[in-house]
Amino acid sequence: MFIINEFIQPQTIEEAYNILVSRRNNAVIGGSAFLRMGSKKINTAVDLSKLGLDYIKDEDGYIEIGAYTTLREVETSPILVNSFSGVISNSVKNIIGIQFRNIVTVGASVFSKYGFSDLITALLALDTEIELYKAGRIPLDDFLKRPFEKDVLIRIFIKKNQRRASFQDLRNSVSDYPILNVAVSRLDNQWTIAVGARPRVAAIAIKASEALSEHLGPENLAYYADIAAEELTFGTNERGTAEYRQAMCKVLVKRALMEVLECK
Amino acid sequence: MQIEIILNGKKVSLDVKNNELLADTLRNYGVFSIRKGCDTTCCGLCTIWVEEKPVLSCAMLSVRADGKTITTMEGLQREAEEFAQVLVAEGSEQCGFCSPGFILTVLAMKRELKNPTQEEIVHYLTGNLCRCTGYLGQLRAIKKYLGVA
Amino acid sequence: MNFVGKSIPKIDGMAIATGKPVYTEDMVPPNALVVKLLRSPHAFARIKTIDTSRAEKLENVACILTYKDVPNRRFTLAGQSYPEPSPYDRLILDEIVRYVGDEVAIIAAADEETAEKAMKLIKVDYEVFEPVLDYEKAMGHPSVVHPEADVHCNFDIGMDKERNIVSSQKIEVGNVEEELEKCHIVVEETCYTQAQAHGMMETYRAYSHLDHTGRLVVVSSTQIPFHVRRQLSRALKLPASKIRVIKPRIGGGFGGKQTGAVEMFAAIVTLTTGKPAKIVYDREETFTATNSRHAMRLKVRLGADQEGFIRVVDIQGLSDTGAYGEHASTTFGVVGQKTLPLYNKTKAVRFMGDVVYTNKMPAGAFRGYGATQGTFALETAVNKLAERLNMDPTEIRLKNLIKEGETSLVSEGIRLGSSTLHRCIEKGRELIGWKDKYPRLEVGEHKVRALGMAVTMQGSGIANIDTASAEIRLNDDGNFTLLIGSTDMGTGSDTILSQMAAEILETTIDNIIVHAADTDISPYDPGSYASSTTYVTGMAVVKAAEDLKKQIVESGARILGVSIDEVDYDGLKIITVNGDNEVTLEKVAELQILGFGGKRQLVGNSTYGSPVSPPPFIAGFAEVEVDKETGKVRLIDYVAVIDCGTVINPNLATIQAEGGLVQGIGLAMYEDVRYDERGRMTTNNFMQYKIPTRKDIGNIRVVFEESFEPTGPFGAKSIGEVVINTPAPAIMDAVYNAVGVRITNLPITPEKVFLAMKQM
Repeated sequence: MFIINEFIQPQTIEEAYNILVSRRNNAVIGGSAFLRMGSKKINTAVDLSKLGLDYIKDEDGYIEIGAYTTLREVETSPILVNSFSGVISNSVKNIIGIQFRNIVTVGASVFSKYGFSDLITALLALDTEIELYKAGRIPLDDFLKRPFEKDVLIRIFIKKNQRRASFQDLRNSVSDYPILNVAVSRLDNQWTIAVGARPRVAAIAIKASEALSEHLGPENLAYYADIAAEELTFGTNERGTAEYRQAMCKVLVKRALMEVLECK
Repeated sequence: MQIEIILNGKKVSLDVKNNELLADTLRNYGVFSIRKGCDTTCCGLCTIWVEEKPVLSCAMLSVRADGKTITTMEGLQREAEEFAQVLVAEGSEQCGFCSPGFILTVLAMKRELKNPTQEEIVHYLTGNLCRCTGYLGQLRAIKKYLGVA
Repeated sequence: MNFVGKSIPKIDGMAIATGKPVYTEDMVPPNALVVKLLRSPHAFARIKTIDTSRAEKLENVACILTYKDVPNRRFTLAGQSYPEPSPYDRLILDEIVRYVGDEVAIIAAADEETAEKAMKLIKVDYEVFEPVLDYEKAMGHPSVVHPEADVHCNFDIGMDKERNIVSSQKIEVGNVEEELEKCHIVVEETCYTQAQAHGMMETYRAYSHLDHTGRLVVVSSTQIPFHVRRQLSRALKLPASKIRVIKPRIGGGFGGKQTGAVEMFAAIVTLTTGKPAKIVYDREETFTATNSRHAMRLKVRLGADQEGFIRVVDIQGLSDTGAYGEHASTTFGVVGQKTLPLYNKTKAVRFMGDVVYTNKMPAGAFRGYGATQGTFALETAVNKLAERLNMDPTEIRLKNLIKEGETSLVSEGIRLGSSTLHRCIEKGRELIGWKDKYPRLEVGEHKVRALGMAVTMQGSGIANIDTASAEIRLNDDGNFTLLIGSTDMGTGSDTILSQMAAEILETTIDNIIVHAADTDISPYDPGSYASSTTYVTGMAVVKAAEDLKKQIVESGARILGVSIDEVDYDGLKIITVNGDNEVTLEKVAELQILGFGGKRQLVGNSTYGSPVSPPPFIAGFAEVEVDKETGKVRLIDYVAVIDCGTVINPNLATIQAEGGLVQGIGLAMYEDVRYDERGRMTTNNFMQYKIPTRKDIGNIRVVFEESFEPTGPFGAKSIGEVVINTPAPAIMDAVYNAVGVRITNLPITPEKVFLAMKQM
């Protein structure tokens, strides 16, 4: 059973941040779906619901998603459904059920850097930045590589462009955590391949992405998929061995590439 | 902490602990239609409506319900009975333990989706687990209830 | 027929569907103590010291019990008729803990928070032993799971506990080895089935209190109220007359609740404190500290002659019962009982092997009860044999399967009373499109679709053992009360039994009050398990209704002053044959009970047990699509053609079938059971242990091919268990037909298929 000594709904992000960092065991709570499964002892729980961060908007060349937006809103948002081949909406569709997605938030999903996250993989394949109160606005890829530091994730920016994208995942039961997930996007000749649930958090297959961007031979997609599978590291957990994940990386990347090439 | 909610149309004041989950708060208040089935936020049994949206009441802190409109099966009896008639006629309520969460999700779907396809129905309800029926009788009942093919 | 064969809605349907408080936890008195259990973190250990003093000092802690505080008489939690074939090998709390999750201390407090706090304050010092975790290495392992001297068996089940063997069994008719020598083709296959979890939506729970006479009342979500009363009596050293067990509505059972689990913990707290006490298991406890299906390794050898007749069936098995022996010998025995009679052109058949103790969660009863495991192994081997013989899998079965009126080597001369299995196969292969789709069709660059099939049988009740009683009263205002002790766990059995009573009594469902189950009130019934309620309890209800009807007619005739041959009964009144005089049922009731007509309330009674357990049959057909690049299997279509005798309630039978098939699909494809190296179950919640969602199952079609079972009520046999057996072997065979790999180790996961394909 988790413990919360104090529950606070700050009126400003600054206040939220100050409370968060004022004690070691103060924490921001997202959708609280995962919180209830642990036995965290939280001194002050910081709730972001009063900060107006529940929105998805298309403004100034960016799609902006507030941290308090739920995954269900991400799934059904016309803005997201109609951008980047709907890759972001697609990525969250199989996460448990709508009752769950109506509660869990984008901010918590991204900030927690869950290895199994489908959303992070999709975001990583796009030109995504996140805005943190303290660390400021940084590329998602940078954030994922940084060591954990307390902060408040405010919003996510995705550069609005004509990226085509595809999300691929492999699960046994539909509502299970993914064995592996892949997102691939393309803007003109520039490609990005992201692979998640390795089981570690999503990463960009840099070499494969570069090789593709330099020279695309549609007849030999497996070649690029193999590069991705070779350059990334994979681990073993209960859902699959490292070897299987590596093999599946080739398959899913190839399929994602094909889908992107088809959706002109 | 003291919270005030609109529970099934009535204003209710409740004294809740900071780590209390809404499913427990409401059951302790006597809302027996709420069932807990998993403890890991993935079975759908405890589904209620918060501001008209189906959510897992076992994943929601009670303190966060302050000021919210909460609807449980107790507050939707007439509509629930309409659908339950169809479900029962199909024989697919079986043990019934998951029915309240399931039916609330069906009724939420009815409001949210117009003439849903079979695929959309199944997608909307994937988060509602059932171990008795094998789901197909539920699907037959939903289609009859919504009058869709 | 007015009611039998009709899809009557469940009598409790509207209440349970609309969330009414009719389940165990809904009825707990508000002042009940909360009972929590401290569990062993070790797979095998002895408690050296246990210090509860700090915990006991907490305000609002009512009591803390350890092994020192419980009666020292061993018992079994298996819900079986007395004398139980399961060994008496457990205590409420024991000095030795035998699996991770075994109970160490019982904590009762005024509220959950205090109970949890108290639990943390209990100090236990363990002497940790090397656990037996691999059941294939259990026999003769240096660690002995049950070293204690006072384990008791009511029967000789072949126990050799010093070698960790709970039960050894062998039946052989004919000489298997000799006949195998003569066979044209011999195939062998070794199959592994996992310790499937029941995953009923309502976890285990019970509460108890003392009544106005000081008797212990236990309300429990159980399939076996009468067995629970007997267990408690033995475990608590309390006369059964001092115990009452009540079963409210149950949120699913699937056999899990055929084993006692929580009742004893609440009961001992109530006895100790005199206060009401409740225990509600969470999902993790339900997964890790109750019971599951027995994991088994089954090696099958089949021998056939040149014409394709199966001459030998030999099954050698090893079963993992875990830390305690509930249902150990009987589940294992059923493996043979529900496989060896199927193919009756045999000259020799054998089933033999052992059930072993390990330091894992105990196994217990689970829908299918050994037949599921046996079917998977046998049918996998039959499919392999068909291929070797170059025969169509449906044809080898049509040629070899037992038919109505026939016997098998193991049927002791008893002829099969009913079967449409051959028609089921013919119908099923037509529905699935066998002619066009078998064995496979390529459907794209890396996808292939293929078919597979399997057949199965189960029983209906336990012959010569389980006996049910039923009672029907004619009440003062002309309605009826049907009293039964069977336990509707959502299946609709209360409704089905009232359909039968209404049919005989020529009344309506509305006019029958159904009461079940309360050991103070209900006539004895073993409970709902072993596919017995429709068949065994059903027959008791039919006979009780006939008994009552006879009495009504006699009473009516007496009131009218004529002989019983001179009256007719139409459900509403007794009328003379020539139509000149009549008396209503209400009047009969009134005169029998209130007036001076009879001074005896009319009550129909029956106690029924069957000398046979007629098998229901299924032919199951699966169509799968396999992704050749990932190994992912998708179930496209499943056809089950079922012979359950007369279908009493088509809707409820259909749902039983669909639900059982989906549970079987889970066993086949999704439900993995994993332990870590220290013996901790890691698949301990629904995020780790995946039961099928509605997106995971594909299309399922259920068709009935009715037979008429002469020994069954209205010709009925059972349906509840048989439905789970065919998906695993049929899907497995379909995957083989798709990509050429036999995944004999369930479940069939993408990685297993992928790796097997790579090794081809």
